[in-house]
Amino acid sequence: MTMHTSSTAGTLSSSRKFEFRRHPYLLAVGVFILLSIVNAILQPSFLRPAVAVSNLASFMPLILVAVGQTYVILASDIDLSVGFIISVVNVVVVTTIEALGGSGGAILAGFAAGIATGILAGLVNGLCVAVLRFQPIVTTFATGIIFAGVALWILPQAGGQVPAIVWRTYAGAVAGVPVVLWLLAAVLVFIAVFARTRFHTALVAVGGNMQAAYQTKLPVTRIRITSYVISGLFAALAALALVGETASGDPLLGGAFSLSSITAVVLGGTALAGGRGGALGSLFGAIILGLIANVIFFAQLPFEYQNLAQGLVILLALAGGVFVARR
Amino acid sequence: MTLDTAISGRSNAVKKWAPAVGVVRKPLFIAGVAMMGILVAGEIVAPGFAAPEQIIKMLVVAALLGIVAAGQNLVILGGKEGIDLSVGATITLGALIAGNVMQGQDSMIAIALIATLAVTFGVGLLNGIGVTVLRIPPLVMTLGMLGVLHGSLILLTRGRPSGNSAEMLSNLVDDPLIFGLPGILIVWIGLGILVTLLLRRTLFGMRIYAIGTNETAARLSGVPVGITRTLLFGLSGMFAGLAGFFILGFTGNVFLGVGDQYMLPSIIAVVFGGTSLAGGRGGYVGTMAGAVVLTLLQSLLTTLHIDPSGRQIIFGATLLLLMLFYGRQQRLRS
Repeated sequence: MTMHTSSTAGTLSSSRKFEFRRHPYLLAVGVFILLSIVNAILQPSFLRPAVAVSNLASFMPLILVAVGQTYVILASDIDLSVGFIISVVNVVVVTTIEALGGSGGAILAGFAAGIATGILAGLVNGLCVAVLRFQPIVTTFATGIIFAGVALWILPQAGGQVPAIVWRTYAGAVAGVPVVLWLLAAVLVFIAVFARTRFHTALVAVGGNMQAAYQTKLPVTRIRITSYVISGLFAALAALALVGETASGDPLLGGAFSLSSITAVVLGGTALAGGRGGALGSLFGAIILGLIANVIFFAQLPFEYQNLAQGLVILLALAGGVFVARR
Repeated sequence: MTLDTAISGRSNAVKKWAPAVGVVRKPLFIAGVAMMGILVAGEIVAPGFAAPEQIIKMLVVAALLGIVAAGQNLVILGGKEGIDLSVGATITLGALIAGNVMQGQDSMIAIALIATLAVTFGVGLLNGIGVTVLRIPPLVMTLGMLGVLHGSLILLTRGRPSGNSAEMLSNLVDDPLIFGLPGILIVWIGLGILVTLLLRRTLFGMRIYAIGTNETAARLSGVPVGITRTLLFGLSGMFAGLAGFFILGFTGNVFLGVGDQYMLPSIIAVVFGGTSLAGGRGGYVGTMAGAVVLTLLQSLLTTLHIDPSGRQIIFGATLLLLMLFYGRQQRLRS
């Protein structure tokens, strides 16, 4: 597709098409800038560093889970269980830290246990989808139910507390730079480096045409499993960010992230059919979703209109994105 | 194309040397075995589980899911990643409209039904237009619609839903009508016949399979692809509205989110019924069986007196186990 378009790129309209095809995240960046302007008008303190950092801190969980979801969707699969992976990792982290007494070592052990849980959950998804050849939507729905059950089993009721140092660090700064900015930088570096790996190219090839990828001797099964593991890992990181944000455990915390991560990925210009797009767009997609909620809150709409307005704007953004990218 | 050919056609080699494998892989056969297994297990753990009146109660619940799944089934059959994630919110909308129009009066039931179906059909058509005219992928379009409907429901009810079921509607869902079967089951069976006839015996049905199997071929042979697919989404909305109408009769009143629990199970019922998520293969009878299996399974787990977390874990694990038998994708080697 891209080849075709690039060869005809000469007139203005086809060069625009070319840009959107090659850089599907450009539209998300545009929407991001637009929303930032609107947000800054409605909420004058929006551009103040402290406010920007606190916004970023609250968007970070969705950013992380959406980045992970991207790699699954690029391989033409989908992960509906990420929200429940977040739930289970959240309660694993909080209960482990509490059980070990809340010392510095306990916090590290809790985080390690959480990340291991996320990776394990992703591995289960990957094995079911790629090895057992179960349909991805139904599979990750089913594993999601299991993960949600495990989360409830570990911590039946919201509660538990993590030591203050966890959320102080998340809201704090290292070397004069806020921790969430370090995190954002780390995510950006990961996205940039990972996009240049051979694995990423293979992932896109699998998503574009799985049969052809198989016939060119790409290890399709292993690639699909790995994409689910990455998604599980990022869901775990999102859960850690949530622990930093909420400082407690809640078995029902994550559920909503499954669908909103997919929304963020699509807003970021990644095709649900796989093979086209990238994680940078998803990062902007996640921020866009957060900004939409912000804008609607600060537009001071009556409470009962807020959800509808949010739904309409998101639908409009989704429709607009698909529409413009295809012109 | 029948269910049988749909499944055995997947692997002709298997069919040749082992016809028995073909039988075991038939969705209806697996669903039947699963039903019997659940009933026997239930009867052992909790005597009375498989008593006729108990079974009828479970079938009523299955009928509610099955009606939603009818629309889901049509959309999925139409192919091109067809799926409807907005059915849950549409159910709630349907129940809300029905409850507010009838306000407990028997005389208003018919008008409430018409109003419900009209509005939810319209919601579905909007999904269809988004998918066909704006070419938004169904998952994205219906996900967006889910958010819009959710917001609309909050706006319409100001967070405090109103409206209640007329006595006659509640009786239709709960009380025996013919042969000891509640009216809703008669309605569901009738619906099953209608949808199957629609799929197998009408031009519209042929067109659904045609666009689901090969859209380009269908377009070239003169099938109005866009209109057909738009109508499928409209019908899906309408079936969700119909389910909402009966769910109102079942629960007596409306609460926000009453339909949410049906969204993903409606997809599972379709898949367990042997309809391919790729489109073009399957039918409604299997979906009905899938809805019954899911409902029986949930009832069994409720009966088991284990805490909700254990129930969820077993439910998810059983879904995965059932997937071993069907709903698997093609081998890449083939």
